[in-house]
Amino acid sequence: MPGGEFAAAVRHHDGTGIIDLRGEINLAADGPLGIAYEQAASGDPKAIVLNFADVDYINSTGIALIVGLLARARKEGRAVGAYGLSDHYREIFAITRLSDFMGIYPDEHSAVGAPATAGPTREGH
Amino acid sequence: MTTIPSNLRRVLRREPKVATTEPVAARPGPMEAPPVEIAPNDPLIAYFSSATGAVDIGSLQLDSPALAGLREAGVRVVVPLVSQGELIGLLNLGPRRSEQEYSADDRKLLNDLAGHAAPAVRVAQLVREQQAEVRQRERIEQELRVAQLIQQQFLPHELPDLPGWHVAAFYRPALEVGGDFYDFIDLPDGLIGIVVGDVTDKGVPAALVMATTHAALRAEAPRLVAPSEVLTRVNELLVDEMPAHMFVTCLYAVLDPASGELRYANAGHNVPYVGFGAEVAELRATGMPLGLMPGMQYQEKQATLAPGQTMLLHSDGLAEAHAPDREMFGFPRVAALVGEATDGEALIERLLQELSGFTGADWEQEDDITLVTLERRAGPPAAAVPPEEPERLLAEFDVPSQPGNERLAIDGVVKAVAELDLPDPRLERLKTAVGEATMNAMEHGNDNRPELPVGVRVVADASDLRVQITDQGGHRPLPEVELPDLDAKLSGLQTPRGWGLFLIQNMVDDLHTSADDRHHTIELVMHLKEAPNARR
Repeated sequence: MPGGEFAAAVRHHDGTGIIDLRGEINLAADGPLGIAYEQAASGDPKAIVLNFADVDYINSTGIALIVGLLARARKEGRAVGAYGLSDHYREIFAITRLSDFMGIYPDEHSAVGAPATAGPTREGH
Repeated sequence: MTTIPSNLRRVLRREPKVATTEPVAARPGPMEAPPVEIAPNDPLIAYFSSATGAVDIGSLQLDSPALAGLREAGVRVVVPLVSQGELIGLLNLGPRRSEQEYSADDRKLLNDLAGHAAPAVRVAQLVREQQAEVRQRERIEQELRVAQLIQQQFLPHELPDLPGWHVAAFYRPALEVGGDFYDFIDLPDGLIGIVVGDVTDKGVPAALVMATTHAALRAEAPRLVAPSEVLTRVNELLVDEMPAHMFVTCLYAVLDPASGELRYANAGHNVPYVGFGAEVAELRATGMPLGLMPGMQYQEKQATLAPGQTMLLHSDGLAEAHAPDREMFGFPRVAALVGEATDGEALIERLLQELSGFTGADWEQEDDITLVTLERRAGPPAAAVPPEEPERLLAEFDVPSQPGNERLAIDGVVKAVAELDLPDPRLERLKTAVGEATMNAMEHGNDNRPELPVGVRVVADASDLRVQITDQGGHRPLPEVELPDLDAKLSGLQTPRGWGLFLIQNMVDDLHTSADDRHHTIELVMHLKEAPNARR
């Protein structure tokens, strides 16, 4: 089977929950991603950062899971940021307008450190 | 005030010549009495109608404004002119020049004169009315001729000759001349624009609006090409010019004769039908008629006409024709006949035959009838024009319908197109499009049943790479797709899912879909040559 099975690990750094994503983000990622979010949100961080550096495939179901995570975080008043996206997935995040609602950064340092990590916290747009 | 008919008024204006029966040389010539208008409900009318002869109005006791008017005008005696029981005029006489009262002989003479004059006056009135009617009819006929002339001026003088296609058209104006029109517009890159429209109203006003619409479409279509943009622009141009209570319905489609791809948008016109076998598809797209409101947007859709398929574009005059019992010919009947058609010309002939049988011989056509058919010939299209480079099959394989297997399709396509050396960004887009199209085929076409394969076919010629992905769900209609809206998704108004087709559309240069009774096929096109609209 090509590609890698989805896995997620959670860290906390400077009051931010960081989720390191790995493999393919597709339907199979649904449960593990939800659990990872809950772990990342424990301790009530102001922001969640998604690390896509080891993600090699995101399909439309994966996009839907990210939309769901973003909706949940916004409801809880948490900003969401992302880094490690390939040029192709940056393009997809732009086309889908995900990047209008979450800060997209080149690396972890800028994602966690930048005030903009808080990004768009508004409910509306 | 409503007055008595003008013919009666004219009589009233005359000072009685009968007064000259007793001329008084010392007096000046006949005086012209001012006209006295008599309202239709004035009791004087009834009185004169039943009078048996000359009436001395000085002694009349009637509550009549006209009577007062006559007296004021100096009229002494009125002789009603009655023909076949109908009051058609009055002879009004002032005082005799001799200043004597009218004698019994005078009255007898006047009555005799009225008895002879009334039929003659009536005949003169009828002749005049007839002449007025003839003039009016000539004016209407002239207007109809002008309307027809304008309309015919803007209808195509010849039909496009497209290799692999047969185009037929039929147009028959109603007696009053409606505002139907159709047109074919040459567009860049061998594309052709097809227009069918209908202006509300009839006659010269409709013909003039039709001419304006025709000109706007001709000006904008080659520049903008995309049907939705063309209709949006033409609507803006027409809104300011449109007379009150008028608008234009219009279907505008752009056909690529080489591929059969048809993009279309519809400003409230009848839905075109496409027949293939007994199945008939409706090419629906939403949009308001042109010229009603500014700022309108038009949905644009696309379809592919496969060899053997015929499309019918039609105006109201057919489906909304009535039988003597007022039953309507109806759209379902039109659609059913499209399903039975063998070719475009036969379809038009059949539609007209059925219409004639339905409406009967005495039918007066209620509205213009316009029928345009586009038939893609079965067999090798464009046989006379061989392609620059034959299409090469790069790969053909099946993928079992199991979640996750879209990666197999992606890998198979990547391997097949390696020799084309696509730039990385374009290869990544193709991979996403192939993955999403395969997922759709597995889930929506094959219900994720592993025993139903998804077929993947990869072909290329000098200009295009085409990946055709086929499922086994052709018997069911393609699902309606809601445009994903992230704001709505984040606020829970839309499901987070539903990105598949949106991603495909944004990843490839072109997209075609087709279906038969067993399969759906989606064709993803990546241009290999630099094209103005190619994504880099």
